[in-house]
Amino acid sequence: MHSERTPWALRLAAYGGLAFLHFPILVIFAYAFNTEESAFSFPLQGFTLHWFADAFARQDIFDAITVSLKVAAEATALALVLGTLAALALSRRDFCGKNGITLLLILPIALPGIITGIALLNAFKVAALEPGMLTIVVGHATFCVVIVYNNVVARLRRLPASLIEASMDLGADSFQSFRHVVLPSLATSLLAGGMLAFALSFDEIIVTTFTAGHEVTLPIWMLNQLGRPRDVPVTNVVAMLVMAVTTLPILGAWYLTRDTTDTAGSGK
Amino acid sequence: MKHAVEFDRVRRSYGAVNAVDDVNLAIREGEFFSMLGPSGSGKTTCLRLIAGFELPSSGRVLIDGVDASRLPPFERNVNTVFQDYALFPTMNVLENVAYPLMIKGVAKRERYARAEEALAMVALDGFAARKPGQLSGGQRQRVALARALVGRPRVLLLDEPLGALDLKLREQMQGELKALQRQLGITFVFVTHDQSEALSMSDRVAVFARGRIEQVDTPQALYSQPASRFVADFVGTSNVVDGALAETLTGRRGAFAIRPERIRLGRFDGAISVRGVVREVAFLGPVNRVDVEVAGRYLSAQLPSFSLQMPEVGTEVELAWERDAAHWLPEAA
Repeated sequence: MHSERTPWALRLAAYGGLAFLHFPILVIFAYAFNTEESAFSFPLQGFTLHWFADAFARQDIFDAITVSLKVAAEATALALVLGTLAALALSRRDFCGKNGITLLLILPIALPGIITGIALLNAFKVAALEPGMLTIVVGHATFCVVIVYNNVVARLRRLPASLIEASMDLGADSFQSFRHVVLPSLATSLLAGGMLAFALSFDEIIVTTFTAGHEVTLPIWMLNQLGRPRDVPVTNVVAMLVMAVTTLPILGAWYLTRDTTDTAGSGK
Repeated sequence: MKHAVEFDRVRRSYGAVNAVDDVNLAIREGEFFSMLGPSGSGKTTCLRLIAGFELPSSGRVLIDGVDASRLPPFERNVNTVFQDYALFPTMNVLENVAYPLMIKGVAKRERYARAEEALAMVALDGFAARKPGQLSGGQRQRVALARALVGRPRVLLLDEPLGALDLKLREQMQGELKALQRQLGITFVFVTHDQSEALSMSDRVAVFARGRIEQVDTPQALYSQPASRFVADFVGTSNVVDGALAETLTGRRGAFAIRPERIRLGRFDGAISVRGVVREVAFLGPVNRVDVEVAGRYLSAQLPSFSLQMPEVGTEVELAWERDAAHWLPEAA
């Protein structure tokens, strides 16, 4: 049997690349269990679960996680509704300016977060809105909507138009057709889009910085921790948790849509 | 008389193109009616006008004697069997068939009982729990049929439903569809581009060309008395003879159609005969097709293949047909 052998140099380069990407994460994991307190000294001093206990005992961490979960949940819910509606509107009908609207809808994900952040901050000021939970949720929704929209649009494109016609033909009006035929077909793409949106919102920091006001989300809390070297191990523990919370939904989204050609929105 | 479906000067245009152009049509209660034509002839658009997926640009579509031109699909008592079957992939077979009953608000127990009944009607009992993806093309077709019939519509629309099936299955389904229609007494409107399908199944056939109806008639009449050159050519095969040759042979001006099976070899009393050179002999099973060049044009004859010695290509033969076998086509409008 003939098999193509990959040259060893190429293999080495590939594994080297992977190591470069993931080594820093491993360092975080390792030092979450290290007995020494202040710095990343090598070799590791000893194994302890002490920092986990410390982290779980701290109210500020708990508060930050609560805020982040709340923001992510609300932004995702908002995005699911708006993204689905936008996808439905733009997928079927051809109307003047459709391409323009599609571009405007996708733009927030291409735009640097810092621009979205500044723009939102100004807009909120004009609208006399006090920065807080609401403004963070709205800020996050700007890019979460895109994720949901992309997933739903991809699925709608593969939904034959004859299905909706068949439903109407059999006596269902538009809403009934949506409820019984379209929505069940969208279920997995909504779940996937929602999970990705949740994960993105949960660790977003740039837009959050501009729109948070006095609220402290988890990423902001972690940024603040940089100024406290004695807290490094605790920060490492929290970082691990964040990893877990964001990786699992992304893997889930991948699993749900892996048989589809285009899972959109992995761009940010 | 009240008609199941009526078209009153219906036009459907897309921009400058008239997909359906000034069509008048009356489909009788309980008849098996076919719309036959090449692709792009407007037959499918007419079907979609009845279903309500298209609205007429002008004119009226009446269903059951009532103007339905502006009614949405879900307010029309007609159901469609789609070309791609359009079964709902997230529901199983039983749920698919029960769908129109669920929408109507029929109680669960009753709608499943009626759906089972409809499945039995198309010989699919035992498939209720399957998903559409687990069925063969022929089975999907039957599910689509059961789903369209379970609500007992006034009219059943069929959009080339047999196109995706292989030949044997197609012939079997043709027989079953016809039997089902006779048994239920529901008006069937059947769209197809296959002329033999239309001829074998229908009570009446409308032949479409370029958005217009060329002729509406029984299959026998379409075949023996085509109203135009197009119909003569599209329904079965025909030799159309016109111009100088027609005049020399018959002493009459105009164009006539002569079916290949009416042409024989040899010379007969009282028959019209003509000499030509054999250019092609093709064995078709029950018959042989012999193409003969006569005065610069081809005449095609079908000769039974069981008895005759076939002429050699290149030899000169005499062709003959009874005077009344020729059908004179109306002057082109």
